[in-house]
Amino acid sequence: MTSTDQQPFLSVRDLKVHFSTEDGIVKAVDGLSFDVEKGKTLGIVGESGSGKSVTNLTILGLHDRDRTAIDGEILLDGKELLTATERELERLRGNKMAMIFQDALASLSPFHTIGKQIGETYRKHTGASKKEARARAIEMLRRVGIPQPDMRVDDYPHQFSGGMRQRAMIAMALVCDPELLIADEPTTALDVTVQAQIMDLLKDLQREFGTAIVFITHDLGVIADVADDVLVMYGGRCVERGTKKEVLRAPQHPYTLGLMSSMPSLDGPVDVPLSPIPGSPPSLLNPPSGCRFHPRCTFAEKVAGGLCSSERPALEVVAGRGSACHLSIGQRQEFFADFAASRH
Amino acid sequence: MFRFLVRRVIGAMVILLIISAITFWLFYAVPRDPAMMSCGKNCTPEALAQIRSNLGIDKPIPVQFWEWLQGAFMGREYAGYGHCDAPCLGYSFANREPVFGTIMDRLPLTLSLAFGAALVFLVLGVGAGMIAALKQGKFLDKFASSASLFGSSLQIYFVGYIAMYFLVSKMGVLDQPSYTPLTENPGAWFSGLLLPWLVLAIIFTANYTRMTRSQLVEQLSEDYVRTARAKGLSQANVFFRFAWRGAMGPIVTVFGIDLGTLIGGAMITEATFSLQGIGRLAVASVNQSDLPMLMGVTVLAAGAIVFFNIIVDAVYALIDPRIRLA
Repeated sequence: MTSTDQQPFLSVRDLKVHFSTEDGIVKAVDGLSFDVEKGKTLGIVGESGSGKSVTNLTILGLHDRDRTAIDGEILLDGKELLTATERELERLRGNKMAMIFQDALASLSPFHTIGKQIGETYRKHTGASKKEARARAIEMLRRVGIPQPDMRVDDYPHQFSGGMRQRAMIAMALVCDPELLIADEPTTALDVTVQAQIMDLLKDLQREFGTAIVFITHDLGVIADVADDVLVMYGGRCVERGTKKEVLRAPQHPYTLGLMSSMPSLDGPVDVPLSPIPGSPPSLLNPPSGCRFHPRCTFAEKVAGGLCSSERPALEVVAGRGSACHLSIGQRQEFFADFAASRH
Repeated sequence: MFRFLVRRVIGAMVILLIISAITFWLFYAVPRDPAMMSCGKNCTPEALAQIRSNLGIDKPIPVQFWEWLQGAFMGREYAGYGHCDAPCLGYSFANREPVFGTIMDRLPLTLSLAFGAALVFLVLGVGAGMIAALKQGKFLDKFASSASLFGSSLQIYFVGYIAMYFLVSKMGVLDQPSYTPLTENPGAWFSGLLLPWLVLAIIFTANYTRMTRSQLVEQLSEDYVRTARAKGLSQANVFFRFAWRGAMGPIVTVFGIDLGTLIGGAMITEATFSLQGIGRLAVASVNQSDLPMLMGVTVLAAGAIVFFNIIVDAVYALIDPRIRLA
């Protein structure tokens, strides 16, 4: 089936999010498009400041409306979110679309019990009684693997361990069986075993309910584990997208290649040094001209006519696969192979 | 909670004991002899000794302090007065009235002044702070912020006299400050204290506006407030049940300190409005070297501050479950 005979569940089209600050306009997201199907997971990768979190706060309408200029289209199940009223968004948030935040301790209210925090989302959207909401909270805690949920439901977040808090956060996000789940680095603060458990949990829940998941991370290892499709962001733009296999096996963008080379590999020889990407993330206040990655790109001088610093490379997408780079595909294959060989 | 209260009340007693001991010692550290003051022009050494013995200040200081404590807890026999029931804080050197009775007479005025003003400045200050936080960077916020900066730089004896001159003498819209007991005539009680309340409120409101605004602005940017919005809760719900809950703690703390201070020593306020409360009593007792009265007023002032501190801690624990009372 092609995308023309069925609307994708979540569709973001040419999204632009600009903040005005005292120093000028910050182009946090600058023309971003992607789709997420039901039951699928889209992994969004990028450094901090690449616009990945802003994108998702914008989907939920949690940005500061007074200071943000937004352009583009966000369709959730055919409904336009950017023009929706606050009331309409309130009905969708926590209900049809839910979000898991990174720092569960900071993101849970210190003043209310876990059970209350889970239950109030349920009550808000279903009109359930306090008693029903409490029963539902216990059920959710059980489902995310909290031991003795009927006792722990009355605990406060500070009485939970880090992993349990993240589970409670997930229970809270899932309490109304949302059709879209946005997970913003949900495992970053956790140790590896808990991280694996949480990701298994999300996969189980997705299998059970057919939830569409947007998984934001800067960790390619996590992407390899959970994602179906991958979108790589740099400086507020998408630089590469495709299925997980396509992007991770044969990256087409120098930035993706850089990300992968800066990660240790367990399969390869252990004495291969990691090669971090030189330079630092671009300023979104005063972004580099042309391709935003060109000041850090190893291959920029191989493009004739200084095109990289003068012209924005177009993102050409064919069947969901695409990248935004001035190098021809042939050049990239050659250069990337040389780059890989030079590391061994 | 019960164990916390018991512990804190015992602690408070110890603090009050130490404060009264220090006050006692400080009184005698000042080279002024209360007996000389009441002895008058034609003073003879015999008369002076007689007065000393009558006042009970001929004994060593620790013995005097011990007797004072005994009186406070168990009552004592007083030369020239007979038995004085506990809590006996002695008799004024200046006018021979019982100290405890005098304080009890003056206290209703001071309490009315403090609680009335507190109600006004709490409602106005917190209300204005909330509006400012909701309208961040807009006209109302800027207005509230500059008004509160102006208000907090005012002094009571300045605003007080100006207000009395214009509102009472010139325009006659408010009554001359006076005190009528609430039980006697509620209307007169209210109209007599309205001006002092408003003047006190002008000065205190500013502080609460700024504090409420900054606390709320900080809380509104907290992650858990964003989570509450991400759950689909309404903005009013998020504001009051989440952000305001987090902002309350520091405000309650300062409010407790302010209440204690207002009750313990509204000296300048009472002097400005010619009201005869605890503050005036404290000033008079110092001027007249009136040891028993000074002790009584000091213990009351310290007691008020210690008491409100305990209340603040208990309220804080109710607001924030992370705080353990023990």
